[in-house]
Amino acid sequence: MTVLSQVFRSREGLVGLAILFVVAASGLSAPFVFPNDPLSIVAAPLIPPFTDRALPLGTDTLGRDVLACLFHAARSSLLVGLCAAAAALLIGTVMGTLAGFAGGIIDEALMRITDAFQIVPSFLLALAFVSTIGPSLPIVVIAIALGAWADPARLTRAQVLSIRERDYVASARTIGMHPMEIAFRQILPNALPPVMALAAIIVAAAILTEAALSFLGLGDPNIVTWGGMIAEGRNVLRSAAYLSIIPGMALLATVLGVYLLGEGINKAFAGQGAAR
Amino acid sequence: MEPFFSVNHLSKRYQARGRTVQALDDVSFTLARGETLGLAGPSGCGKSTLARIIMRLSPADGGEVRFQGQNWLALSGQELRAARRHVQMVFQDTHGAFNPRATVADAIGEPLRIHRIVAPRDRQAEIVRLLERVGLGADYAARPVLQLSGGQRQRVAIARAIACRPSLLVMDEAVSALDVSVRAQILELLVSLQSETGLSCLFVSHDLAVIRAVCHRVAVMEMGRVVEQGETDSVISNPQSDTARRLIAAVPTLRKDQSHA
Amino acid sequence: MSLAPLLKIEGLSVTYHCAAQPSLRNVSLQLQEKQRLAIIGESGSGKSTLARCIAGLLPRGAKTEGQLIWNGHPDKSHQARFPTPGRDIAYIFQDPSASLNPVLTIGEQVAEAAIRHLRLTRKQARAHARDLLTEVQLPNPDALLSAYPHQISGGQRQRVAIAAAISAAPKILIADEATSALDTITQAAIARLLGRLVSANGMTLIFITHDIALASSLADEIAVFQSGRLIESGKAQDVLSNPASGDTKRLLSSHLDLTTPPQIRRAS
Repeated sequence: MTVLSQVFRSREGLVGLAILFVVAASGLSAPFVFPNDPLSIVAAPLIPPFTDRALPLGTDTLGRDVLACLFHAARSSLLVGLCAAAAALLIGTVMGTLAGFAGGIIDEALMRITDAFQIVPSFLLALAFVSTIGPSLPIVVIAIALGAWADPARLTRAQVLSIRERDYVASARTIGMHPMEIAFRQILPNALPPVMALAAIIVAAAILTEAALSFLGLGDPNIVTWGGMIAEGRNVLRSAAYLSIIPGMALLATVLGVYLLGEGINKAFAGQGAAR
Repeated sequence: MEPFFSVNHLSKRYQARGRTVQALDDVSFTLARGETLGLAGPSGCGKSTLARIIMRLSPADGGEVRFQGQNWLALSGQELRAARRHVQMVFQDTHGAFNPRATVADAIGEPLRIHRIVAPRDRQAEIVRLLERVGLGADYAARPVLQLSGGQRQRVAIARAIACRPSLLVMDEAVSALDVSVRAQILELLVSLQSETGLSCLFVSHDLAVIRAVCHRVAVMEMGRVVEQGETDSVISNPQSDTARRLIAAVPTLRKDQSHA
Repeated sequence: MSLAPLLKIEGLSVTYHCAAQPSLRNVSLQLQEKQRLAIIGESGSGKSTLARCIAGLLPRGAKTEGQLIWNGHPDKSHQARFPTPGRDIAYIFQDPSASLNPVLTIGEQVAEAAIRHLRLTRKQARAHARDLLTEVQLPNPDALLSAYPHQISGGQRQRVAIAAAISAAPKILIADEATSALDTITQAAIARLLGRLVSANGMTLIFITHDIALASSLADEIAVFQSGRLIESGKAQDVLSNPASGDTKRLLSSHLDLTTPPQIRRAS
């Protein structure tokens, strides 16, 4: 059975998929359900949740609709998380494949670069990058990716080193396949399964890093994000705790969903490996 | 006239635990067109190392290999990749020799594509022709290779090897992992391919009975050296080396009388 | 005087977890003490499944039907005591690289069963291990005790696996394609070794192989399997000289040795 159907069979995979579906749906539907700019002021400030039918989750310190902000923030948080993770995985798998396949001095050089990026704590790296260049969405994505690519690079390289010795790689060489084709079409697809398991963790970490950057005021100021909402609520934490708790819970649910889906994918791949 | 394929004074050593091991020591032999030469010997004698060097999967330390009038070991880069179509290999492990994600059509189509044997639109038909040549139906093309049985996988491996119409085929213990009934069929296939296309074959095996079934001549190896060479029948009926004698004695024979020592 | 057979298998069927078809169908067989039984058949015929069932090595979730009656005692409580894996039954696997633990020394692995089942002290077990390594004809047994599996050849590893298997003096030795991963010279030597050990120690041997000639050199009785069923069984010379089933005939005719007519015509 295919990987996808196996994911559906595991409890974790199903729950994770369900949570993410809700989050993605809210993000995608945001421009339709809440067509106005979420950062626009719609009512009096600090209306508590569940008191006004038109404003189910109340308003924040400036009078903006919390629910609208929540929905729109789902888009930006998921988008940043997924893009940053995709960029990290792309850079990581390419570097890892080149290093593992080429060996020798190229491997050494690439691994020393990987070491350098791995030693610096990824959050500090992202922080330094954004504060130097300036906060905007693409920069935030690049900053997070820079801190996250080193782990998939190492994992890919380890897989490639093992696969490189298999007979089917020797067979590809004997039929005259070009080395680049061998590396990227024969070896890499078979090296991916454990890296995919890591992918879920990278997405979760990216979402959290983005929230942390926004919390510190280093996110893009023109878009609403959960981290930004939590930061806004910091000043009124004692009187209107809901302003921080609600986006915090959304963040928690999303990260949990990503993690559970990753576990489900992990199990699906492990099941496939065992069956072979 | 230069022989079709010749190995001259080939040697290879490697370092293991601080000692130098001579994997191949001054190995020489020739192969004519349409001939099958057996490389027989116990494990560790160097026959697989020799096969890998001939397939340019490992470098040699000394000696030369001449093929089609060229210094085979000196080729490199694009020139080597293009020339590889003339020498193909069938591996022992039918499971590990294929990309786990490949279908039969993928496996056979790759050499066709790389060496442009036929036009892209004719590729599918050529794959079917090759499948039928090795005794599998056209319906096998879409199936994942690893779902097939050992014997079927080895047929696909042979189809993949002959796809680019090589003149030399190296079979590295290619039937050792197969069931006995399947073994006979694969050997039959090899012999028929040879009589049809004039393919030369280097047949590596530790089993002298298998070598005797398909090889015209045999080179017996031990500890990296060729200790005996000659026509298969004469080596088996009149072995000169201790290794050959041990290989002959080791072939299990059907004992219909029961007397256990 | 007729003794109860050591093992009586009645109507045994085994289906692995999530398998569509049973791997063994309604197999009934008897094994006498000190007998040498060869189980032959192609891959997928169920030979290994039968061996693992006898040794209690089937994976979790495998469903079995039928009975295994040891020493004439169908009583389940008795079955809990006999046979004890390691002490009464020993199993030798096909791939010695996979069946030996790469991080333990050879001495530790060979002594393990003796320490566990014979309750020897470490010192006694080490001496016992050295004797076993000598019995399986390995050179330098003292040096080998501290060596690791990767430092010796495949054939030597299989000898170590055999030494470890007979360590606690088991009554039953199951060799599951124990020579299939070895070259013919080593195969012949290991087969001879097994034959000698089994005679010297009075063990019962179950020898699984796809090579009918190897079976004929080692066994008194042969059982032929095909697609999970027992096709034919009997004394070795009867099965080989007068095969009753088409499958046995096919196995016999596929056999290649130095007298079979070669497939190619050679210039004389």
